[in-house]
Amino acid sequence: MHRPNWRRTALLLFGLSVAWPLAATPALPELALENPAPGVYVHYGQQAEMSRANVGDIANLGFIVGNRCVAVIDTGGTYGVGRALRQSIRRVTAVPVCYVVNTHGHPDHVFGNSAFAEDRPEFIGHVRLADALRRRGPNYLNALKRDLGAAADQSGVVLPTRSVAATDELDLGGRTLMLRAWKTAHTDSDLTVFDPLSQTLWLGDLLFVGHVPVVDGNLRGFLTAIDELKTLRATLTIPGHGRALAWPDAIAPQERYLKRLLADVRAAIKAKRTLAEALALADEEREHWLLFEQFHKRNISAAYAELEWDE
Amino acid sequence: MTWRLLSMVAGLAYVAVGAAFGQDANVANSAAPNAAASAVWTKVHASVFANAPLEPAGDVVTLDTPTRAEDAAIVPIAIRSRFPQTKERFIERVWLIVDNNPSPIAAVFNFTLESGRADIETRIRIEEYTHVRAVALTNDGKLSMAVNYVKASGGCSAPAGKDALAAKANLGKMRLRIDESAGPGRPALAQLMISHPNDSGLAMDQLTRNYAPPHFVRHVKVTHGGRPIMSAEVDFSISENPNFRFYFVPDRDAALEAKIVDNQDLEFASTTRLNSGAGSAASTLR
Repeated sequence: MHRPNWRRTALLLFGLSVAWPLAATPALPELALENPAPGVYVHYGQQAEMSRANVGDIANLGFIVGNRCVAVIDTGGTYGVGRALRQSIRRVTAVPVCYVVNTHGHPDHVFGNSAFAEDRPEFIGHVRLADALRRRGPNYLNALKRDLGAAADQSGVVLPTRSVAATDELDLGGRTLMLRAWKTAHTDSDLTVFDPLSQTLWLGDLLFVGHVPVVDGNLRGFLTAIDELKTLRATLTIPGHGRALAWPDAIAPQERYLKRLLADVRAAIKAKRTLAEALALADEEREHWLLFEQFHKRNISAAYAELEWDE
Repeated sequence: MTWRLLSMVAGLAYVAVGAAFGQDANVANSAAPNAAASAVWTKVHASVFANAPLEPAGDVVTLDTPTRAEDAAIVPIAIRSRFPQTKERFIERVWLIVDNNPSPIAAVFNFTLESGRADIETRIRIEEYTHVRAVALTNDGKLSMAVNYVKASGGCSAPAGKDALAAKANLGKMRLRIDESAGPGRPALAQLMISHPNDSGLAMDQLTRNYAPPHFVRHVKVTHGGRPIMSAEVDFSISENPNFRFYFVPDRDAALEAKIVDNQDLEFASTTRLNSGAGSAASTLR
């Protein structure tokens, strides 16, 4: 791939999903972007676990453009993905990146942060994001190096420079983003972004579409958050994984899955099944989700450890 | 024979970390590396077991683990004895070893005749692809080992807890329960739940100078009518909110009591009795 080619075809990339050139080098020249609402750009990550083949490009990333500032929302699973996102932004607008928002602390959403260091943005996260990254960052980096090899190079933890305890606003010039920090749900550091101008609700991993939902925080908290989310008014929602959809219908399958998980695990605990026995639970949901094998048992583990204290 | 004496004898004994363990039937995954060749195990075998010979544990204990750590923070493991605790033959002690964790010796469980069965179920953290081992010491002084290979979880799972603030807020809550469904005279299943972050403090050191101190349960002692049933030395390889299931031979009039001491010398205790309704008793923090 030659740089002039990419430059010339940059505009064509919007609205297209482009397969990565799978060269020996893990470098991504640019990310395919979609533009589902004015000034709102999304890159859809692959529906997969992180691997050498996808170089950590598995989460939805993007940015929102104002008159004075760009706010980046999540940065990808490696420095390389973050760098490719940064290049894509430069092809859309010359407006500077003032803010990098992380919707939570999972590696597929945060390890591209370091690619934006030279923009000197404010790195914005939930008030508990820094602690989550301190606790988990070293493990995440080890796993990244183990699973991705050279593609993990230059990836590192960038702690937030601005924390959101409840709500916050980002003035981009001509549009103001509304941030909201949530109680423990998908993780203990979930942050959502609402753009009133385009009525777009960016949910990070508080919403999974297609990809089986993942509970790495608190199952009942996740369901409580869904109840609150459903009261929010928006036109479009962008999930952390899967396609942008009309709001609030987008969240119905996830709610069904999590409610069934809650009921099944509660029943198993009541029937005095051990955690190991509960892991073999019925899985009527399997056919509805991608990556079910990779995450369903993990969800049962988390739910069991949480719910057994209720009995 | 006491363990100390055994160690002295064993130190002189024939070193037999046989390649047999690499072929142990428990190692179902053909991709698993040779269990006997593990560098950590070589050290532990020398330092803890004085290179004593180890039998395959097939007729002493079985070790149940998942093949993959679905959630790195909560991996269920079970060690089950193959025979009841009798004067003639019983299990005195079981080591739970996770080769590639920062602290490989996750727990040392002690059992007695009053345990009825030397079974233990708990949950551990698993950081990396690793062998997990259960080494049992029987009353004849012999050691035997079961070993499984466990794959690490995917990239967004971590051994750290899910909600550090909640774990701190609930510190010291305990539950001690008895399942009496086995009937009189038979070993009854007990479950001990401890709300505790069981935090290694290790996870922070690459990022900040503000290390949180490690805070984890160190000693667990369970008695029934004052007689020891199960005791354990544990560390932060055990999951947040440590959870143990074990057996004891119930005596209707005697209380079951659990005492916990953590590495900051905080003590917690909980007592329950058979037929005590909810089976859960008030716990105290001293």
